[in-house]
Amino acid sequence: MSSKLFVKGNEAVAMAAVEAGCRYYFGYPITPQSDIPEYLSRELPRLGGEFIQAESEVAAINMLLGASAAGVRCMTSSSGPGISLKQEGISYMAGSELPGVIVDIMRQGPGLGGIDASQADYWQATRGGGHGGYRIIVLAPNSVQEMYDLTMLAFDLSDLYRIPAMVLADSVIGQMKESIVANPRPVVDLPVKDWAVRGRQEGEAQRVVKSLKLGDGEMEAFHWKMHARYQELAEQECRWEEVGTADAELVVTAFGSVARIARTAVAMAREAGLRVGLLRPVTLFPFPRQAFLDLSRTCKRFLDIELSTGQMIEDVRLSVARDVEVDFYGRPPGAGSLPTPEELFEQIRKRY
Amino acid sequence: MKQVFARPESLKDVQTHFCPGCHHGAAHRLVAEAMDEFGIRGETIGVASVGCSVFLYGYFDIDVIEAPHGRAPAVATGAKRARPDRIIFTYQGDGDLAAIGTSEIIHAANRGEDITVIFVNNTTYGMTGGQMAPTTMVGQKTSTSPYGRDHSKDGYPIRMAELLAQLEGVGFSARVAVNNPKNIMQAKKVIKTAFRYQTEKKGFSFVEVLAACPTNWGMTSLAANQRVGDEMIPYFPLGVQRNTANL
Ligand SMILES: Cc1ncc(C[n+]2csc(CCOP(=O)(O)OP(=O)(O)O)c2C)c(N)n1
Ligand code: SF4
Repeated sequence: MSSKLFVKGNEAVAMAAVEAGCRYYFGYPITPQSDIPEYLSRELPRLGGEFIQAESEVAAINMLLGASAAGVRCMTSSSGPGISLKQEGISYMAGSELPGVIVDIMRQGPGLGGIDASQADYWQATRGGGHGGYRIIVLAPNSVQEMYDLTMLAFDLSDLYRIPAMVLADSVIGQMKESIVANPRPVVDLPVKDWAVRGRQEGEAQRVVKSLKLGDGEMEAFHWKMHARYQELAEQECRWEEVGTADAELVVTAFGSVARIARTAVAMAREAGLRVGLLRPVTLFPFPRQAFLDLSRTCKRFLDIELSTGQMIEDVRLSVARDVEVDFYGRPPGAGSLPTPEELFEQIRKRY
Repeated sequence: MKQVFARPESLKDVQTHFCPGCHHGAAHRLVAEAMDEFGIRGETIGVASVGCSVFLYGYFDIDVIEAPHGRAPAVATGAKRARPDRIIFTYQGDGDLAAIGTSEIIHAANRGEDITVIFVNNTTYGMTGGQMAPTTMVGQKTSTSPYGRDHSKDGYPIRMAELLAQLEGVGFSARVAVNNPKNIMQAKKVIKTAFRYQTEKKGFSFVEVLAACPTNWGMTSLAANQRVGDEMIPYFPLGVQRNTANL
């Protein structure tokens, strides 16, 4: 049974985690995501789960590592400064092929920065973030509904591929309230976690969850194995949204919160008779390259809009056909200042 | 003929990589014997740390999670919360536990996590080549304290067993050594008590094991063994610092 609710983006994440069967949360307070631990500290104990406020983000991600190695669904959440601290554990989880969901409600940076919305952690999220060369699954919701849906999806994909999954949103999506339909979790056939430690019973083989690989060629083999898994992910799990792209001469691309403003600007452009469409990546890793390549064969140019000085644009450029132009309009974080639809429409018109 | 000595069942029949005279081997053996005696091998999950003991899973015949440097208590916390019916222990060196991992050990102890921590204090970073550790003795020369540890610059060696014994969350905290048969017998008893804390769900238990690192101390096995008694024990006194359940 589905139900209609009016909730904050951060609450939707926490509710989806509970619905997805996550009973273990480890975290440390940071604005603008603290609604998530607050909600789960209330709900998990009465569901027989555990909420731990860790002593640091470093500890929280390593608690996640331990719980995941023991075979349960678990989650942590944070924002920029905390996500930086979590990179050690994320690298170890990647090296140990452990699933787990990490929510990043982005704020301004670098350093302490500020608490307003930003998309400047795109590189950190999509390039692995920690040491050693790896990727994690990155999902970018642009509504409270998607905060709910993509959090659930993050749990499934993470378990399916044994890769940590990140829900990458910003303070606008985290803090705003919208009505959503809280669907029961979709039934997906997930592999049994036979690799999880549970105590070696007589006659069973020993299970070791580790990332140290010293054997001859062991590390190289690991990297190629993961490389193949990332490719499979790219073939099977790319998600994106297109609006009015069929006849578009100019395609606007944006993700997350700013994609909503871009969508209004695109509608304004259509009303003004301009053939403009929107391509919104929903999965940032795997990046929906094929969708960009296909559109780049029919449109003349792309306009990439980000709340940064340009990070996703690198992936866009790598994806489109060579002779297609990719323009950029960025609004790196400033005190509460998001671009207006009129401002973006103006940018579209200038380039059309 | 009666067999009086055998390899504990919880240890695999393999050669270890430890240097001759290293006390990690003795510490491994005592932990394995405790597991055997409680019959908990099938319920136990070990958490390996970073240092010379990282290959724990190569010697113990049990399920193991490998933790990042210093984070074993946090990893153990996650695992224990997920599987409260399992026996979970960490095995950590002094660099691991008393330097990079001080925050994790203090807070896991303070939460009273139902885990057992085996802390091997050899006053140096063994694996990386004998650098100064938080437990290095004043005056001790290491590869990063070539003139000897100077307390005015480097601080004093930390007594972890006493430090943790101050915390309300700690059930059991003790220090042992494995430098002679008498101390080994005592160490065996203490390590067993630490595991009993967990089997009886009495809270966080901690055992500091004073150990020799002949390789990095630049000593023969015999001289290194001697040093544990002559220099370490006077500063790091053996004994039980906290035993709240009187086990
Ligand atoms: C984050 C990080 N920093 C440094 C290292 C390098 N490192 C490996 S083992 C080790 C020292 C371990 O010393 P100790 O815990 O005393 O154990 P021992 O080797 O003496 O048994 C260090 C610093 C690492 N692996 N990770
Ligand atoms: S370096 Fe030291 S601690 Fe490491 S195995 Fe050798 S003697 Fe043991």
